[in-house]
Amino acid sequence: MSFLIDHILTIILFSPLAAAAIVFFLPENQEKIIKWVSFALSLIPLGFTVALWFLFDRTAQGYQFVERYVWYAAINSSYHVGVDGIALSMVLLTTLLTPLAILASFNITYNIKSYMVLFFLLELGMLGVFLALDLLIFFVFWEFGLVPMYFLINQWGSEKGEREIWGGIKVPARNYASFKFMIYTMAGSLGLLLAIQMIGVVAGTFDIPTLFERWTSLDRSLFGLDISVVKAIAFWAFVVAFAIKVPIWPFHTWLPDAHTEAPTAGSMILAGVLLKLGAFGFLRLVLPLYPVEAQRYAPTLAFLAVMAIIFGAFASFGQSDFKRLVAYSSVNHMGFVVLGIAAAAYAMGGEDATIALNGAVLQMFNHGLSAAGMFFLVGVIYDRTHTRDLNEYGGLFPLVPVYGGILIFTSMASLGLPGLGGFISEFLVVRGSWPIFTLQTALAMVGLLFTGAYILKGIKQVLHGPLNEKWVGHLSEISPREIFVIAPLMVLMLWIGVWPSWILDLINRAVTALLS
Amino acid sequence: MTTETLIWLIPLPPLLAFFLIVLFTHRSKGLSHTLAIGAAFLSWLASMIVFLRAVRTPELGKYPFESSIPWLPLGEGWFSIGVLVDPLGAATLFFVAWTILMIFLYSVGYHNYGQPEGDHDRPGLPPHGATVVDAHGHPHKVPSVEPMYSRFFAFISLFAFGMYLLVVSDNLLTLFIGWEIMGLCSYLLIGFWYGKPSARAAMIKAFITTRVGDVFMLLGIAYLYSQTGTLNFRAILYNPEVLHALASAPSYISGLSAAALIGILLFIGTVGKSAQFPLHVWLPDAMEGPTPVSAMIHAATMVSAGVYMVIRIFPLLSAGSHHGELTVPMTLMAVIGAGTALFAATIAVAQNDIKRVLAYSTISQLGYMVAALGVGGFVAATFHLITHAFFKALLFLGSGSVIHGMEHGVLHTGDHIDPQNMMNMGGLRRKMPLTFWTFLIGGFALAGFPLITAGFWSKDEILADAFGHAHYGVFITLALAALLTAFYTMRQITLTFLGEPRSRAAEHAQETPWTMTVPLLVLAVFAISAGWVGIPEYFPLIGGLLPNWLHEFVSGTLLEKPKGVEFSLIPLLTSILVALGGIYLGWLVYRNLKAGEADPLEKALGIIYPVLKNKYYFDELYHLIFVRPSVWVSEVFTYLWVDRKLIDGVLHLVSELSIRIGVALRNYIDKPVVNGSGDLVAEVTKSTGRSMRVIQTGRVQQYMIMAVLGFVVLSGVFYFIIQQMGIQ
Repeated sequence: MSFLIDHILTIILFSPLAAAAIVFFLPENQEKIIKWVSFALSLIPLGFTVALWFLFDRTAQGYQFVERYVWYAAINSSYHVGVDGIALSMVLLTTLLTPLAILASFNITYNIKSYMVLFFLLELGMLGVFLALDLLIFFVFWEFGLVPMYFLINQWGSEKGEREIWGGIKVPARNYASFKFMIYTMAGSLGLLLAIQMIGVVAGTFDIPTLFERWTSLDRSLFGLDISVVKAIAFWAFVVAFAIKVPIWPFHTWLPDAHTEAPTAGSMILAGVLLKLGAFGFLRLVLPLYPVEAQRYAPTLAFLAVMAIIFGAFASFGQSDFKRLVAYSSVNHMGFVVLGIAAAAYAMGGEDATIALNGAVLQMFNHGLSAAGMFFLVGVIYDRTHTRDLNEYGGLFPLVPVYGGILIFTSMASLGLPGLGGFISEFLVVRGSWPIFTLQTALAMVGLLFTGAYILKGIKQVLHGPLNEKWVGHLSEISPREIFVIAPLMVLMLWIGVWPSWILDLINRAVTALLS
Repeated sequence: MTTETLIWLIPLPPLLAFFLIVLFTHRSKGLSHTLAIGAAFLSWLASMIVFLRAVRTPELGKYPFESSIPWLPLGEGWFSIGVLVDPLGAATLFFVAWTILMIFLYSVGYHNYGQPEGDHDRPGLPPHGATVVDAHGHPHKVPSVEPMYSRFFAFISLFAFGMYLLVVSDNLLTLFIGWEIMGLCSYLLIGFWYGKPSARAAMIKAFITTRVGDVFMLLGIAYLYSQTGTLNFRAILYNPEVLHALASAPSYISGLSAAALIGILLFIGTVGKSAQFPLHVWLPDAMEGPTPVSAMIHAATMVSAGVYMVIRIFPLLSAGSHHGELTVPMTLMAVIGAGTALFAATIAVAQNDIKRVLAYSTISQLGYMVAALGVGGFVAATFHLITHAFFKALLFLGSGSVIHGMEHGVLHTGDHIDPQNMMNMGGLRRKMPLTFWTFLIGGFALAGFPLITAGFWSKDEILADAFGHAHYGVFITLALAALLTAFYTMRQITLTFLGEPRSRAAEHAQETPWTMTVPLLVLAVFAISAGWVGIPEYFPLIGGLLPNWLHEFVSGTLLEKPKGVEFSLIPLLTSILVALGGIYLGWLVYRNLKAGEADPLEKALGIIYPVLKNKYYFDELYHLIFVRPSVWVSEVFTYLWVDRKLIDGVLHLVSELSIRIGVALRNYIDKPVVNGSGDLVAEVTKSTGRSMRVIQTGRVQQYMIMAVLGFVVLSGVFYFIIQQMGIQ
C-alpha cells in the first residue's frame, strides 16, 4: 500500500503506457474487446488520481508525492515528478477526460487498435508535462504528446473538406490541419528546446525546484553572452512556445483547423487538455522564473488576451460550421485565462492578482469541461447527420429533446451562465483584472457579449426554428453511452458553479503560494 | 424554525421542482404541474411567514434577518454569500410570492390542462386544437393541451427560483446569479414555441439585449468589489464610511466619483433588464412567449428585478448628494426614466395587439419607477414597483384570458383571424364578465383612476416627489405620460370589452376555467388594496384614516429616512385630471368603432401615426447600425480578412517561402553544385579512362616498355629532387 502511495505519480503517469502495451497485444479484429478494455484501462489513472486528490495535503507547501531518480547523469537531468494544487487539478482534468473521450470514440470504424494505443500515448504525454519537475523531462513529454495527436487528426480526422493553400493548390483538410498543428507547435518547441539547453548549461541542472533556488544567483555566461541576455533569450523562447500552444492571438489559427478536422474525441482532448499545456507552462516556468520580465510585458500579454477574447468571439459568431464555431470559442475562452495570468504577472502579489490567477486556473479547468462537452455534442449530431453545416440543421429540438436539453445546458456552461462553472472563473478574472488592467477588462466585455451571440447562434441553428423535414425519421436520440460521456461533465459544471470551494480552495492555496 | 433558516429555504422548492420535472416527471402532465405549483406554494408560504415576522419586527431596518456562509476561498479570506430580508426585501418578497403563485395556477388553465391532445400539434408550436366528436356524432374543434406542458412548468419553476434567489440575496453576486438565471429562463420561455421563426428571433433578441446591460453590470460589480472588498449590501449600503469613501474616491473618468461610475455601470444593467431606452427593444417582442410568461417577465420577476436592484443600491446611487441635489447617476436615471415613460406611452397608443399595448405600458411604468428613484423618491419607486406588479400581472393574465376566450371563438367558427388583435374584439364584457371586471380594475389601476385603485396612489406619490423636489421637467413629462397611459388603457378596454363584437370569433368567445379566473380575482383585490398601505397623511379628507404604513416600513431600509415632500395640490389635481381625462378621451374616441373601420387616431395623427405604429423604427435602426455591422465584422473582417487572409496568409507565405527555398536549393545548389561535382568526378574519371584506353592494348611487351620508361623517368625525377635537397 505504501509502495502505491509513494509511487502514485509514476503509476498515474505510466499506467497509460502500460495500457497502450496491453491494447497493442489484443487481437486486431476483436473491436468490441479493444474498445471496452481500453475504456476499463483508462479508468486506472483516473482512479489513482482520485486517490491522489484525497491524499494530497492542501495545507502543505511545495510539491508533493515527489519522486526523483537520476536519469541522465552526465547532464544532471533526473526523472523528477511532483504535484502542486495547479498541477493536480490539471491531472484530474486529463485523467477524467481521457476515459470519456475513449468512450466517445466507440464509433471509430477502422484501425481501432492503433487509435486506442495512440490515445493512451497522448495521455502519457499530457500527464508528463503536468507532473514533470525537470526541464528535460518536461520537454520530452511536451514533444511526445504531439505525435499521437498528429496521427489522430491525420488518420481519423474528418474525411471531407479541402483547404486551398496557395496558387490554387488544394489539400485534404485533415492533412492540412494536422500538418499545421505539428509544424506550428514544433516551431515553438524549437525555441523551448534551445531555452532549456541554455538554462541547463548555465545552471548546471535541469531540475525545476533547484532552478527556482539558484535562478537569481546564476552568473555564468554562455558563449560570451551575459547571463541576463541568456535569460532574456530563454524568456522569449518560453513565451513563444507557450503562446502558440494556448493559443494567444495572433498565433491561434492552427486551432480552428486542428479542432475542426480532428475526430470528436481528439477535439475533446485538444480543447480540454492540450490548450492548458501552454497556460500551464506560463504558470510553471514563466511566472516563477521571470517575474520582472513578465511584469514588463504583461500589458502586451493583456492586450493580446483581449484581442483573443474579442476576435475569438467574433470569428466564432461568423461561422457556419458548427464545429469551427465551437473551436473558435476556445480562443475566446482561453483569452480569459491569459488575461488573468497577465494581470497576476503585472501585479505580482496582492489580492487582485490572487483573484485573477484563481480565476485563470479555474477557467482552465472549466473550459476543459465545457469545451470537451461542446465538441462531444457536435460529434453526436455529426454522427447522425454527417454534416457540420449549421444551415443544414434547423428545428431539431422535437426530434431530439434530450440531446437538445443537454446541448442547451452545455452551451450555457460555455457561455458562462451564473450557476455553472464558467461564470465563477470568468467573474474572478474580470474582478481581478479590473483594477490592474481596467481598459483591457472593459474591452473584454465586447467579447463576453458576443460569447452570448455565438452560443445562441449555435442553439438557434441546430435546435430552434421550423423543423427541417429531411431529418424526420433519420435522427435518433442521444444514446445511453453518449449520455454517460456527457453526464459527468455536466455534473461537474453544475457542482463548480454552485459550490466551487472543493476545487477553488486547492487552486487558491497553490496560487497564493505561487504569488508569494 | 428560525426565520433565517426559512429564508434560506424560500428559493429551493422551485429549483427542486425544476430538476424533478426535467429528470423524472416530464412524462406526466399532472404530476409535473402538481410539483411546480406545490413548490410555488411552499415558497409562497415561507415568504408569507417571513413577511409577517418581518412586519412584526421593530426596527427591521437596523436589525434585519441575515445569515451568511463562506463560499469562495480567495487569497487569505473567503467571499461569503448569504440571505438578507430587510424592509425592502420583505415588501418585495410579498408581491413576488403572490404574483408567482397566481401565475403558476393560471398556467394550468392557460395551457388547456385536461383537454385532449391536438390533432396535428407538435412540440415547439402553439397547440392548434383538437377535434372531438360529441354525443350526437358531430365533430367539434376544441382547444388542445400544450404538447410541452411539463417543460413549461419546469421552466417557470426555474424562473421563480431565480427571482426568489435575487430577492433574498444579501450580496450583489448572488443577486446577479439570480438575475442571469432569469435571463436564461426568459430566453427559454420567450422562445417556448421555438418552432416559430418570430419566437426564435425574439428569444435571442431578449437575451442579447439584456446581456448588453449585464456586461456593464458585471463591470460595476467587479469595480465595487475591488473598491470595497465586499459585495454585501449591508456592509456597503448601510455603512456611512464606505459610502463616503466611495463618493470621495475618484474614478477612471475625471469628474466622476467611484460611487457615481459604479452606480452608472450597475444602472445600465437595469436599463437592459427593465427595458429602458435605449435597450427597450426586446420587451415588446417578448410577447412571443405564452401569456403567463409575459406576466412573469413583466410583472412578477424579470423587469421588476431590474428596478429592485437600483432601489436596493439607492444609497450608492445617491452617495455624495448634498442638500437634495442629484448625483450624476440619479440625473441619468431621472432623464432616462421620464423619457422612457413618455416615449413608450406614445408607442402604446398606436398598437393593436392586446399584449403589445401592455408591453409598452410596462416599459412606460418602469420608466416611472426609474424616474422616481432618480429624483430621490425611494419609497415612491418601491410603492409603484409593488402596485405595478399586481395590476400588471392582473392585466397580462386578463389579456391571456381574453385571448384564450377569443381562441375558443376562432376554433369554433373556423375563421382565420388574429385572436390577439383588439380590432377583432369588442363586446366581450358579456361573454367574459369575470375577465372584464377584473381587467377593468387592472386597467383603471394602470390608468391611475383616482382614490380607488392602487396605481393612483403610487403614481401620485411619484408625481408629488418630482414636483416637491422641483424637478418640473420630470414632472411634466411624467404627467403627459400619465395622460397617455389613461388614454391607451381606456382605448384597450373599450376596444376589447365595450361596444359590439367586431368578429364572429368575438361573438363566440367564452369565459375561461376557474384556474384562470381565480388568479384574476385575487390579483384584482391587490390591484385595489395594495394602494391603501401608502396613503399619505396629508391627503385631503381620507389622509390619516389608514396609517401610511408603507412609507414607515420601507424607508427603514435606509440609513437616513427620506423626508416626505410637502403637500401641494398641483401634483394631486394633475394626477386626477390626467387620469380621468385620459380615460374619458379613450372612451370617447373608441366607443363606437365598427368592424373594419380604421383607427380614428390614424387620421388624427397623420404621418406621426406610422412612426408610432412602427415604434419609431428602432428595430430597423438597430438592425442597420448594430446587427448588420457585427455580422460583417464577424464573418468578413475577423474570419475572412484577419484570420484567413492576413494571419493564415502570412503562415502560408512562410511555408511557401520555405518550400521555394527548398526548391531553389535543389535547383541551384543541389543539382548543379552537389550533384554536379559528383557527376563531374564521375565524368572526369570516365573520360580519363576513355582516353587512357588507347594504351591498354593488352600486349605484354608494350607494358614492359612502358614500365621501363616509367622507371627511367621517375628515377630521373627522384635524382633531380635529391640533388636539389643535397645542395641545400
